[in-house]
Parts: sequence; structure tokens; C-alpha cells
Amino acid sequence: MTAENGIRSLVARRAAGEISAAEIAAHYLERIERHDGDLNTLISVCAERARAQAEAVDAGTAADGPLAGLPLIHKDIFCTEGVKTSCGSRMLDNFIAPYDATAVARLAAAGAVTLGKANMDEFAMGSSNETSYYGPVRNPWNRDYVPGGSSGGSAAAVAAGLAPAATGTDTGGSIRQPAALCGVTGIKPTYGRVSRYGMIAFASSLDQGGCFARSAEDCAHVLGAMAGFDARDSTCVERDVPDYAAALDGNIRGLRIGLPKQYFADGLEAGSRAAIDKAIAELEGLGAEPVEIELPHTDLAVSTYYVIAPAEASSNLARYDGVRYGHRCADPVDLDDLYSRSRAEGFGREVQRRIMVGAYVLSAGYYDAYYVKAQQTRRLIADDFTRAFADVDLIAGPVTQAPAFRLGEKLDDPVSMYLNDVYTLPASLAGLPGMSVPAGFVEGLPVGLQLLAPWFEEGRLLNAAHAFQQATDWHTRRPPGYESQETP
Amino acid sequence: MNWEAVIGLEVHIQLATQSKIFSTAPTAYGAAPNAQASAVDIALPGVLPVINAGVIRMATRFGLAIDATIAPRSVFARKHYFYPDLPKGYQISQYELPIVAGGHLDITVAGRDKRVGITRAHLEEDAGKSLHEAYERETGIDLNRAGTPLVECVSEPDMTSAAEAAAYARKLHSLVTYLGICDGNMAEGSFRIDANVSVRPAGSVEFGTRTETKNVNSFRFLEKAIDFEIERQIDVLESGGTVVQETRLYDPEADETRSMRSKEEAHDYRYFPDPDLLPVAIDADFIEAERADLPELPDAKRARFVADYGLGDDDAAALTQSRVLADYFEATVAAAGGDAASQGKPAANWIMGDLSGALNREGRGVDASPVSPSQLGGLIARVADGTISGKIGKEVFEALFAGEGESADAIIEARGLRQITDTGAIEGYVDQVIADNPDQVQQYLDGKTKIVGYLVGQVMKASQGKANPKDVNRMLVAKLDAL
Repeated sequence: MTAENGIRSLVARRAAGEISAAEIAAHYLERIERHDGDLNTLISVCAERARAQAEAVDAGTAADGPLAGLPLIHKDIFCTEGVKTSCGSRMLDNFIAPYDATAVARLAAAGAVTLGKANMDEFAMGSSNETSYYGPVRNPWNRDYVPGGSSGGSAAAVAAGLAPAATGTDTGGSIRQPAALCGVTGIKPTYGRVSRYGMIAFASSLDQGGCFARSAEDCAHVLGAMAGFDARDSTCVERDVPDYAAALDGNIRGLRIGLPKQYFADGLEAGSRAAIDKAIAELEGLGAEPVEIELPHTDLAVSTYYVIAPAEASSNLARYDGVRYGHRCADPVDLDDLYSRSRAEGFGREVQRRIMVGAYVLSAGYYDAYYVKAQQTRRLIADDFTRAFADVDLIAGPVTQAPAFRLGEKLDDPVSMYLNDVYTLPASLAGLPGMSVPAGFVEGLPVGLQLLAPWFEEGRLLNAAHAFQQATDWHTRRPPGYESQETP
Repeated sequence: MNWEAVIGLEVHIQLATQSKIFSTAPTAYGAAPNAQASAVDIALPGVLPVINAGVIRMATRFGLAIDATIAPRSVFARKHYFYPDLPKGYQISQYELPIVAGGHLDITVAGRDKRVGITRAHLEEDAGKSLHEAYERETGIDLNRAGTPLVECVSEPDMTSAAEAAAYARKLHSLVTYLGICDGNMAEGSFRIDANVSVRPAGSVEFGTRTETKNVNSFRFLEKAIDFEIERQIDVLESGGTVVQETRLYDPEADETRSMRSKEEAHDYRYFPDPDLLPVAIDADFIEAERADLPELPDAKRARFVADYGLGDDDAAALTQSRVLADYFEATVAAAGGDAASQGKPAANWIMGDLSGALNREGRGVDASPVSPSQLGGLIARVADGTISGKIGKEVFEALFAGEGESADAIIEARGLRQITDTGAIEGYVDQVIADNPDQVQQYLDGKTKIVGYLVGQVMKASQGKANPKDVNRMLVAKLDAL
């Protein structure tokens, strides 16, 4: 269904000389030029760099890897040498990264061409892309609605056909949630599968790089090039990366799919529920076997996450002090003034809120009650999955409680915003791989089906999504106004 | 009232690795500012630490050498505070689970042996340097030192005098240089001592309020700083005041400690396990391999020097204070040849006498000695076999030290210093001296036999020191008695 215009086909056509990498890059740069003013998906467009990379691919002087000539957008959390890497923050508005993140370098070695850097919630803190210093990203399905976050720019760019694929990062749902809200396919692999080196840290024990594309098959191609051991990241796991794309056979007969009772309880909006039920029925029709399961500690996930993630963030963001790089306030009178004004000016409200929460839960007298307790509940949540996966091969459910909300709707209600992550946080806390697969619409807004697998079973995840996409066409739908000429 | 001091030391031992604890940047001292600060050291966005395996090995060896427990699992933690020379805004250290816990060192002060407990030793990274002096109204930041590996070794408050504290510090210094895990260079900050000092009424069980004195970069200053601090605290208490818990700085020029910051301003460091680093797991095989590979440590070497070389305990202690000196001694004895038990004493005397004196005069260490162990051993051999006298030996030594010859033998030959063993030649000098000194000869004959020493001296002088004094003495007495 996507084979004729997917990544494999595009790369093959370029290899066969039907189209040049330069033409492909020009096509997407033109689409960015035409549409991004409305959507604000990109913080930086790397037009010259993209043209040069594409020409090098055409000239045979660049790496002739499995993605040769494929244009990509990188979330602006990945350091890219010589390009502004802002992390969506005023703090790093002047930061030109002097090195490539490992994921960026691997994709470049595979022959990918960088079109630009995607907008995102500031330091990946947000679920709506409204905390970006560069302004909110708009959802291509309805520009009054949020694209989700924090990788909202990446998801919206792929949805609008501004790139065939984009990188993202997921700390508590930051790939799966915007993929769902924008109607694209997104995968967050197992913690430790993709190197975090050069990926600006938000919450180190949770952050994981992944990607967005039009289909599971396309995700398989991109993830295969991104993933793998990196000695510069101590938490990166030394384990072979299977050829995900080659292993896709679309056969899910006999696959036991767990449906967590807790993911279908009160709070799940009716239209979304109907779409998810239908998707599960589709999987069953393909031979899978749905089984109701329990993930009893699901209700602890939001509070656990909003202790651990801010704690790590408050520490990771301590380096932004105005001393060596990044924003520095004008005319500091002394060191304390330099610190407090540089950080007050450089960080937005949500980032400051999380730093304050994080510093609080780590402080003497509160550490045991909050941080240590949260580590214990994190373990309970992970153990839920271990027990569940003893009985099932995959878990399926909704990604969000409802489709995209309006811009500004939850901006002044952080708790409501945080609760939005209730279905994505548990897998993040457990370090499990997860996907969001387009599964329908509610009033013109996409709904995502979440699939979760045991550690390092990305292949199983991708194959189930692939099987679903062989049988459905949700992932081929395009937002009105962005459908034409989406592939060169 | 009688007061008793309670002293504990925290020593930062810089590990002698080629690269930093969490980055591949070199650790060499003295490079241009920031020339050795990598992306990881300056904490660029996105960088991650990776533990240097050599650091784990060195900390393990240290733990074994102080008879401590090596933790099967230790954890790096982040210690947060803001300072411009701390690039990440936190220092990676170890907190709840250090790599080494529960060791000890034995010291001897004024003939009394004492065991000083070591609470823990943990790994951490050093910060950079803030350069306040070089700039007007500005501060320079040099991050070359940032990320240099340190072991922080924390003693129990087991010491009661400055002398004990200095003995402990010296012993620790000797140990880490023996192990080869630290270059021991105190001037460059490779071995930094902080002294926690409090006083209490003698016999009291409660501790007094302590102060922490920093910036003590020699053993002599350590003793002075502690003595100053003990006196200061006693004065405060005896005049009705209270000691403030604070950090103090020792100023060697004024020979005093001064308040640096009080604990009221102390930070909440918000320690938590570093999520970028996995716990360090050390298994028994690794520990046993390191134990088997440990060099001979100072206490064992000292005992062996007494047993094998017939040295007194003080000589053995002095020679084993540093591994370089001990190695120099053993190489000298080996070069002297012959029987170790009989060459040990002269070798010790030469090294701690003439050689130490000459090196001190020039401000050199034994590792930079212009006289090599083989040269000194050659000299000792020539004195022992009677080729030269001890007195001529000193002349040969000075020539070797000044670089005026390749070996003792070469100098002896070049300068014609070989002892005269030809009895005919000696007899000539003896007869001449008897003829030239009738008064002294008469005194001898009158029973003042001690005068023979003067006459021997005259013969030695006439022979330019080359006659064997024993032979001269024997021949003179025989001739005088025959008169």
C-alpha cells in the first residue's frame, strides 16, 4: 500500500537513476518553503547543507548507504555539526553544535540528507509543542489544534509531507503522542537501543531516540540505520540490530495481544475508544488473539514520572549557566546575577516549573519521600509489564485519551496537560519499545493505536504495525491541503 | 583545663591515569588553559560520561592496600552546586555506595604504634580552576583539570596530634606512590589534604565542633596548620567563646588559618544516582587478580630490609618511605656486589648521608640523582675491597656527583687514587716520617702511645691519602717498638 511511494522505493528509484538526490531534496525544500509558514514545524531549514549533501550523494562522494539520498528532518534536540541546535529554547538560540549526535552521524553514514531541524517543546518538556521558544507548531489536520509534543514539529512535518521521515525523542510519550495526534507512524525503541550521545538530555533514564514516517515499513528503514551500540553512551546496549525492514512479513497469526483493562477505563473519549476497538478487531481478523490483561500500577505512572523526569531535568539543565555557551544576560553585576538572570531569561515557564519541582524532590528531607519512593513505584510499573509479557506477545491500546486539543486549551492547566500522558508514561518508565499507528479519525482528527512490546522486540512491534497497515489505509490519509505532490 | 584534639583527614588523591575519568582528554599537567578540555569536560549539550576502566583498577588496588572492602557494586552520584569552574553544574562523585570502605593505615609516632581507621574512599572528578589573579575584575576559567580522576580518602577521627596527622598523611602518600596510582606531586595538587580538627576536654566522649582546614600542600604545613588550629580553638573556648563550624584556609606565609565560609552557607547538594552511568560491578576474580598484582608495600618492604640487609628499623623506615628511594637502595646494593647483608649498611649510609646531603643541596629528588645506583654501588665495592679508603671514597663520590667520571673505577684511575699496597713504598714514607718527627717519636717511646695517630696522619699526608691507614699503623708501631 505504501511500497510504491515509501522510502524503499524512493531510495531504489534514486539508485536506478530515475530521480536524483538533488531533485528529491529540492522537492521537499520546496514543500517546506510553501507550507511551513503555516505550520511552524521547523526551527532551522538547512537548504544549502541539504543541497550539498544531496549533490554529494549524486556524485558518489557521500556514503552510499541504505538511505542514500533520503531527506530527513531532525528534531532540534539532536546536535548537528555546524547547525543551530536550540532544543526549542531561548537558552540555546545561539548554540551552533560543534559535533553530530551519534544518531545523526549514523543516518548521515547511511546516506540520509538533512533538510532541517524540527520545532519541539522547550527541552522536550511538553505534550502540545506550545512551550517552544519558536512558537507553537500547528497540526496539519486542523491548524487550530496542537500537533502533540514534545516532538510535534517532526510529527507535523511528516504528516504534511515536508519530509518522508523525521527523528524524534520520547521521554514520556514524546514520539507516540504527536504521532497519534498527527496521524503518522512513530516508534520509540527500547531504552538503550539508540545512542543518546549528542541528544540533548531531558531525563536521562527515560530519553530515547526514535523516528516518524508514513508507515511501519518506513520506520523500520530509518530505525535500522539509527540504532546500535555506541561506546560513548554507557546506557546504550551492546546488542545486534536486526534488519527490521527485511523481517517484515505481515504475518501476525497466533500473536497474543494484551489489552490492559486500565487503558480502556474511564477517561478514554468515546470516539477514540471506538477507533481503537475497531483496530483491535482488525488485528484479530489478521489472526492475532486479543487477551484482556491487568497493568495494576498504571495509576501510579503520572505521579512517578512527574517526580523522576523533573528530578533528572533539574540536574541535566544545571549546565546552562550562561558561562560557556548559550544565553547570557546583559551586564551581570555578579555571579549570582549572571546565573539567575541568564536562567530566568533563557528558560521558559514550563522548564522553570520542572526545574523547581525537580530541585524540590531531590532536596534534603524530601529525597526519600519523593525520589526514592518514585524509583520504587517505577519498579512496580515495570514489574506489571514483565508479568504481562509472560503471557502475551504485544500490548495494544490507545495512545491518548482523546484526539488533538485546541491550541492554548490546556496551556494554563499543567496538571491536565500532564494527565494527557497517562497511556504513554508506563512504557517509558519501563524502558519498553512502543509505537503509535494511525487507526482512524474523530471529527477529522487522527487517532493512534499504541502497540508495546517486550524489551528489544522492535521487530515484532514493527511487523504487527506493518500487518495492520497492509490491511488498513489510515496511514495513507493526508491532511487536506497537504495531499498533492507529496512524493516527487 | 586539659584539652584533647580530635583530627580526621580527607585526602584527595589524583589518580595517575593518562586520560580523564569520564572523557578521553589527557590529564597531563601544565598545558595551555582549556587545551585539554574536551566536549565532555566542558559539558556541551548532549555529551555523556563514560567511566575510565583504569580508574576502577586503581581504586581497587588502593582499597586492597589499606585492607578495605571493595564494594561489589558502587554507584556514581551527582553532587550539585553552581560554580563557573564546574561545567555541568554538578560533580560526578560517589555518595551512598563508595567503591572502597572500611580500611586502615598503621603509623608510628615517637616510638608508639597506632592504627588509623579509614572510613571510605570514593571516586570523583575534579573541577576546573578559576583564575582570579590574572584578570582585572574578571575571572578566567581553565577546564583542563575538569574531569581529572580523584580518590577521596576519608579517615576516621582517630588522630590526636599534628604529628600523628602528618605521619598518617606521609604514610598515605608513600602508599599511593608505591602503588603507582598517584604521582604524589603535592605542589601540582596531586595529593591534597583537608584537615578536620576539633578539641574537647581530655577524657570527654563528645566531639567538639570541628573546622575543616583546606589548602594544605605540604606535610610541614599540615602540622603547622593543625597546631595553629588546635591552639586557636582552645583559645576560643577558654575565653568563653564557641567554635564555629566552618571551612578555613591555611596561609603558609602568615602561618595561620583563616575563615573561608561557614556551614550556614552550605549547599544542599541534592545528591542522586547519576542516570548516565551504570553501577560499577566488581567481581571477586577481578579483585584477586589485582591483589596478586600488587607491588610490595612499604611495611612489608621495611621488614624485608631489616631481615635481608641487616638494617636498623629507623634506616629501613627511612629508605622505604618512597618506592623510588627503596628501589635506588636495592639497585645500589646489587651493583656493589658481594653479600647483601654486609653491603646494606654501607649503602644505607652513603644514600642517607652523602647522597641525600648532595641532593638536598641541589633541591633534587633521588629520581633525579646524577649518581646512578650502579655508580654508587661501584664506589662502595672499591671501598669494601680496599682499593680506596673511605676518605678517598668521599672524593670519588663528589666527582661522580659532579659528573666528572663515568664510574668510580674511571675516577680512581684518572686521578691515581688507588691505595698504595706496595709495602716498600709505604715503608719509605714511614721511615721518612720517623726521621722528620724526632720529638713525637720520643713522646711515643716515653709511653704516650696515642701520638701514633699523629704520625699515621703524617704518613697519609705524605702518600696523598693513598696508603692504607691500617697498613701504615701496623708498620709504624712495629718500627717504633723496634727502636
